[in-house]
Amino acid sequence: MATVEIRNVRKSYGPVEAIKGIDIAIQDGEFLVLLGPSGCGKSTLLRMVAGLEGITGGEIAIGGRVVNHLDPKDRDIAMVFQNYALYPHMTVFDNMAYGLKIRGIPKAEIRARVDKAATILELGRFLDRRPSQLSGGQRQRVAMGRAIVREPAAFLFDEPLSNLDAKLRTQMRVEIKRLQDRLGITSLYVTHDQVEAMTLADRILVMNHGVAEQIGTPLEVYQRPASLFVAGFIGSPPMNVLDGRIDDRGEAVLLPGGQRLPLPRPRATDAGRPVKLGIRPEHLAVAAQGFSIEVELVEALGADTVVYGRLPDGESLLVRMAGIPTVRERDRLTVAPQDGALHLFDAVTGRRVE
Amino acid sequence: MKPTRFIDLVPHIVLIVGVLIFAYPIYVTLIGSTWDSGTIGRGGLPLWPGGQGATNYAQAWVGEAGERAMYTPVRTMMLNSLVMALSIALGKIAISILSAYAVAFFRFPLRMAFFWLIFITLMLPVEVRIIPTYKVVADLGLINTYAGLAIPLIASATATLLFRQFFLTIPDELLEAAKIDGAGPVRFFIDVVLPLSRTNIAALFVILFIYGWNQYLWPLLVTSSGDMETIVTGITKMIGTGESANDWHIIMATTVLAMLPPVAVVVFMQRWFVKGLVDSEK
Repeated sequence: MATVEIRNVRKSYGPVEAIKGIDIAIQDGEFLVLLGPSGCGKSTLLRMVAGLEGITGGEIAIGGRVVNHLDPKDRDIAMVFQNYALYPHMTVFDNMAYGLKIRGIPKAEIRARVDKAATILELGRFLDRRPSQLSGGQRQRVAMGRAIVREPAAFLFDEPLSNLDAKLRTQMRVEIKRLQDRLGITSLYVTHDQVEAMTLADRILVMNHGVAEQIGTPLEVYQRPASLFVAGFIGSPPMNVLDGRIDDRGEAVLLPGGQRLPLPRPRATDAGRPVKLGIRPEHLAVAAQGFSIEVELVEALGADTVVYGRLPDGESLLVRMAGIPTVRERDRLTVAPQDGALHLFDAVTGRRVE
Repeated sequence: MKPTRFIDLVPHIVLIVGVLIFAYPIYVTLIGSTWDSGTIGRGGLPLWPGGQGATNYAQAWVGEAGERAMYTPVRTMMLNSLVMALSIALGKIAISILSAYAVAFFRFPLRMAFFWLIFITLMLPVEVRIIPTYKVVADLGLINTYAGLAIPLIASATATLLFRQFFLTIPDELLEAAKIDGAGPVRFFIDVVLPLSRTNIAALFVILFIYGWNQYLWPLLVTSSGDMETIVTGITKMIGTGESANDWHIIMATTVLAMLPPVAVVVFMQRWFVKGLVDSEK
């Protein structure tokens, strides 16, 4: 158990800068999720913590000890890979025991640790099998078992669930969450799946193009996205973004379609400023006046319904309603945002306007 | 229906004719080894077994004087051939798996240069470099030794390439997982790479054993005493040139015996051999 500190870490491949200075201190026992689209550098950052990639600039410290120049084996970390990376010719037991064997831990203790991990992960029956005789979910559990038996300072997960089918993924997600609660080991978890991020994380680091867009708890990231990128990445279906302008008295947002949405508090200093207006689909509801949309498509998901609407000026607007559909395609509908549901972003930089 | 039948028939006929063409000489050899030299010498070799088999094989095995000449005993030649073929097969595998490991898993200066150097030697068979190689082996005093027979044939570009291609299919994550588990390059090689390569090793062993067993030109050059004769060169030396008559019954018995070890290797290793050619067990 330990803290993991990432201080202004950079990574370049020749002239290409993949990671442009990330700063974060992960507390002891914290579950940090690195979230972002593919190619954003999240896996690279994780691999730098693991010692599988060199560090171009900055410092990484695990348990207060700078590890920049330590080999992976000396960093006291364990890693779970996307494709499991189990040794195909070894039994489940040997796969889990291998790291301990190399470290010269006595046989009896290896046995005890592996048995304990196998009990936690319900792998007891499979200890004599080969990875090829296991299902995907079981292989993933073996990979986690291999990490657990090491009793490391930190767990590193590199998209561990993306090779599993949807149902198994949900199940394993819950298991990982339980496991982490039980063991309390500092964890870094890379994923591009926002649901995994929202459910597992104590804090989320949203990455884009090698930059940390936002660091915060899942609810902070959802309720107060720091940028348009975060707003679009978190939430399903994604947030509606409309061009707008704050009126001359700083009391409302004017939209090209002529609507006027009052601001929760006046912003005299921002009067006349062009903004991007974000409204989550779930925060729009049918109202007497507001946005008038023509329904283009209705997706009934059972518990709720997503309505794809088109505004008179041609922009699209998504509305998420509870329950089964009450509207049909080509219906006209008037919807309005709930109080306090407006997010304002700078029209140029895309950063949140508070 | 009819055309299908006919089309089915053609490959079978071709196959059967092919098998007969390949099998017939072996059958003749087998039969020939069971008759006395007189019968064969008259040119009228029957197509059924004769009664001299046991005598002929015993004679060849211990190398008693034939009716016309004195030969190195087959048991000596078999032992020499076996030592040579095993040394070549095992040596080639050991050297090539190590060099392939270096080329596939490590980043070192001139890595690709070394790879291409190995690759280029593919174009230089033993025959091309035979004079300098002979000179080196002679200067090292290795004429008429097992070392002299085997060492010059051990370097193998083909096996190196095969192993390299196989190693490239081992996922990077496996290496990374091993790194995190604390396995250094040597442990990774012994604990992971070698066990994963065992079907490939088996397949190569079969091929290389037969390659070693069938060596002709090099053993002919590098051995001069009867004690070091290998069976392939031994057989050719049994066959006299020009007018001299030959102990065909002994020669055929020797030939049959010479076939046995490669056949045994193929039969016993067949399962592994096929596995090594077909799947990579992953």
